[in-house]
Amino acid sequence: MAKILLEMKNITKTFPGVRALDNVNFKVEEGEIHALVGENGAGKSTLMNVLSGIYPYGTYEGDIIYDGEVCKFHTIKDSEKKGIVIIHQELALIPEMTIGENMYLGNEVGSKRNIDWDKTYAEADKYLKMVNLTESSRTKVKEIGTGKQQLVEIAKALSKHAKLLILDEPTSSLNEEDSQALLDMMLEFKKQGMTMIIITHKLNEVAYVADKITVLRDGATIETLDAHGPEKISEERIIKGMVGREMTNRFPKREGVKIGDIQLEVDHWTVQHPKYTERKVVDDVSIYVRKGEVVGIYGLMGAGRTELSMSIFGQSYGNLLNGTLKIDGKEIHLKKNDPADAIRHKIAYVTEDRKGNGLVLSQSIRVNTTLANLGGVSKHTVIDKDAEYAAAEDYRKKLKTKTPTVDQLVGNLSGGNQQKVLLAKWMFAEPDILILDEPTRGIDVGAKYEIYCIINDLAAAGKSVIMVSSELPEVIGMSDRIYIMNAGHIAGEMKASEATQENIMGLIIGRGQ
Amino acid sequence: MKKDVKTVLKDNTMVIVLILVYLFFTITTKGAMFLPMQFNALITQNAYVFILACGMLMCILTGGNIDLSCGSFVCTLGAIGGYLMVIKGWGTGVSIAALLVVSVIYGCVLGYLIAYVDVPPWIATLAGYLAFRGLGTQILSSNSSTGSIAPFPESFLKLFSGKIFSTKLNVLNVPCLVVGIVAVILLVVFSFRDRANRVKKGYDADPLGMVTAKVAAIGAVILLFAYKLAMAGGIPTVLIWAAVIVLLFDFITSKTTIGRHFYVVGGNKEAARLSGINTRMVMFAAYLNMAVITGITTFTVMARFQAANSTAGTNYEMDAISACFVGGASAYGGSGTVPGMLVGALLIGVINLGMSLMGIDANLQKVVKGVVLLGAVAFDIISKKKQK
Repeated sequence: MAKILLEMKNITKTFPGVRALDNVNFKVEEGEIHALVGENGAGKSTLMNVLSGIYPYGTYEGDIIYDGEVCKFHTIKDSEKKGIVIIHQELALIPEMTIGENMYLGNEVGSKRNIDWDKTYAEADKYLKMVNLTESSRTKVKEIGTGKQQLVEIAKALSKHAKLLILDEPTSSLNEEDSQALLDMMLEFKKQGMTMIIITHKLNEVAYVADKITVLRDGATIETLDAHGPEKISEERIIKGMVGREMTNRFPKREGVKIGDIQLEVDHWTVQHPKYTERKVVDDVSIYVRKGEVVGIYGLMGAGRTELSMSIFGQSYGNLLNGTLKIDGKEIHLKKNDPADAIRHKIAYVTEDRKGNGLVLSQSIRVNTTLANLGGVSKHTVIDKDAEYAAAEDYRKKLKTKTPTVDQLVGNLSGGNQQKVLLAKWMFAEPDILILDEPTRGIDVGAKYEIYCIINDLAAAGKSVIMVSSELPEVIGMSDRIYIMNAGHIAGEMKASEATQENIMGLIIGRGQ
Repeated sequence: MKKDVKTVLKDNTMVIVLILVYLFFTITTKGAMFLPMQFNALITQNAYVFILACGMLMCILTGGNIDLSCGSFVCTLGAIGGYLMVIKGWGTGVSIAALLVVSVIYGCVLGYLIAYVDVPPWIATLAGYLAFRGLGTQILSSNSSTGSIAPFPESFLKLFSGKIFSTKLNVLNVPCLVVGIVAVILLVVFSFRDRANRVKKGYDADPLGMVTAKVAAIGAVILLFAYKLAMAGGIPTVLIWAAVIVLLFDFITSKTTIGRHFYVVGGNKEAARLSGINTRMVMFAAYLNMAVITGITTFTVMARFQAANSTAGTNYEMDAISACFVGGASAYGGSGTVPGMLVGALLIGVINLGMSLMGIDANLQKVVKGVVLLGAVAFDIISKKKQK
């Protein structure tokens, strides 16, 4: 048996009123990739924050034994000195600075008063090569994509001489291709003797890289599974540990839904990039949705899915060059850059970026729920606060949003509950056509299931649902029909019953050349 | 959601600070601060802040945007007003209309530049800050050897200054007291009716005791003011203007969809846009409104000083901005209330008045004011952080 590099013993961490971690035990062997899984709020991030010194020694109970000695970290610097480096989920790079400046931020090369920039960039380039980045470290971070930014984060971690690398949801903002490259890189590092902890929601990634899997639930360790053990660990097996019950079907069945006439029809839709007008972000796309139908649009990041969706939604993205839009067979001309016009025509666009452009985090659930349909709770522009409260309360119950009151600020809710508020906002606008852009991004398995149930209810109520997603199992499991999008084009269309992950990816790769 | 005494106190830190500061000055001035005259002074000297800050709050709500030009615009508008009324001899009504037209034109230009051309509000209004001070001074000096234009017609002064049903000092002014009592009765009726309605419909309502305490506290303050003003000769005309505008903006911000749009644009502009809100129109409206409010402020200022001069409106923009921020508005937009702003404006007014009464040197007054403002806001933020 290999040496135990890290052992966290009986860790208990309490916040006012909440016991976030309860006697957690966690062991990591040297040279392994250890996956830490659990639903949102299970305590994964808290545990890693305890380990890295963000919650300093003394604010928690229990011991951290690293490399044979008991450690008392007071700051992140203390843990980094020992070679424990954490890469957080949200990228923490400053876009206006160069890659090199970012990598050595707070860790500058040279003397205190005089930073040695030549050495900084030379060192930075060395580490960039290790993560297969060809960019110069003098490139500004804003000029490279998110995938590469994630690699810069890893290079930054390497530059701190990491022995134990912790990656918190490293692929949450990456497309499939970049995710794969990152996972392969992890396996490469493993060969070179690096120890890693990966926190992720994506169980296929766990299956791909992890040697051991520790499941956390409600702040307690449930079990540690050995991926190389005699018994093969299935995704269902892991999910069972995470949610505490058997989830035989991750995608609820939609039964007895009558699919009706074509409600929305988009033909030869071509959209120009708002700045680089020579680029056609959406190129000659023709799609349709029937009442009661859930249509999936699958594509890798950059395929033009979000751009297509936002363009249909009152041309709120880019310039429309060509194309017609029909609702119930009648041609409609939506005003440019006017979501209000789209809402009047009963179209809703539920954004993929709930924090960025979906919700007002500093306002309450009540205010957010009625945002797209304030007219529904007001008379002569005067808001009926009681009616508004009742509406918000109604959707809280319908969607099972977990909150003490609808006057709670949305910023204080978990990701899954925020997503429900976002859905509530658009359901309250009473649309006939819903475009759901990545409706389950960044939320845990249990909440995902609930969102799927809501989508099924919408379809059952005769709404036309377009579900944009970059998760293949989700697209296949939830759609009636699937469009595959690649590089602005529709690369193919198939019934969900005929779709497999292989033939969808085949279409994309075939077209991509 | 039940609130205990502690949270109620923490939610009202600024009100408590205001009361403490008032008590402090009452003691240090040996009661002079509590004289009827000073209540009158507090209103007449600060009415411009109450009015101007209503406009400023709307700008700040859209994302911490401010208007630096309003003080200078007061000067230019005043000069134009003086030119029209005093030199040209135009009638009061026509002149007011003309000045409002000028305000609307400026508001449209400014609003267009900020909302549709995307000029940062800071820059756009900084230009006005410089230009209008120069323009106003130029108009005044080319029409008057003393650099100030006076006297304004009586009908104009009566409309914006002086007192309603004026009586002598220290003689109880009955109409003023009646207005105060009526205001309290309305407060009581509306508060309890609102609560009863909520209870009937089964919504969350504050406990009866809390509503009673709140009504009693606000009612007592209104009665105190009514009594003191009644002893100081009656209701200042400018208070009517300020009260109407403050109540109007309180209604707009707390009860209407228009007000909601301002908060949402400040909270998350993209989310507002994708929810069908015309964010550019909201920005435009904020600055158009600001210019009109500045126009009304100008009338009260001209009437109070009975003259148009080149220093009119100096630092008014800062007074209005401070009132909003001291009153709890977020520097990033999306939060802030009219009652909060009112408390902020009163706090600044009380500090000014108290120090003048104590006879503190003018330079030192500025130092103290700066320190107190910073302290008050820091205290407010710290106590709110602890709450979380």
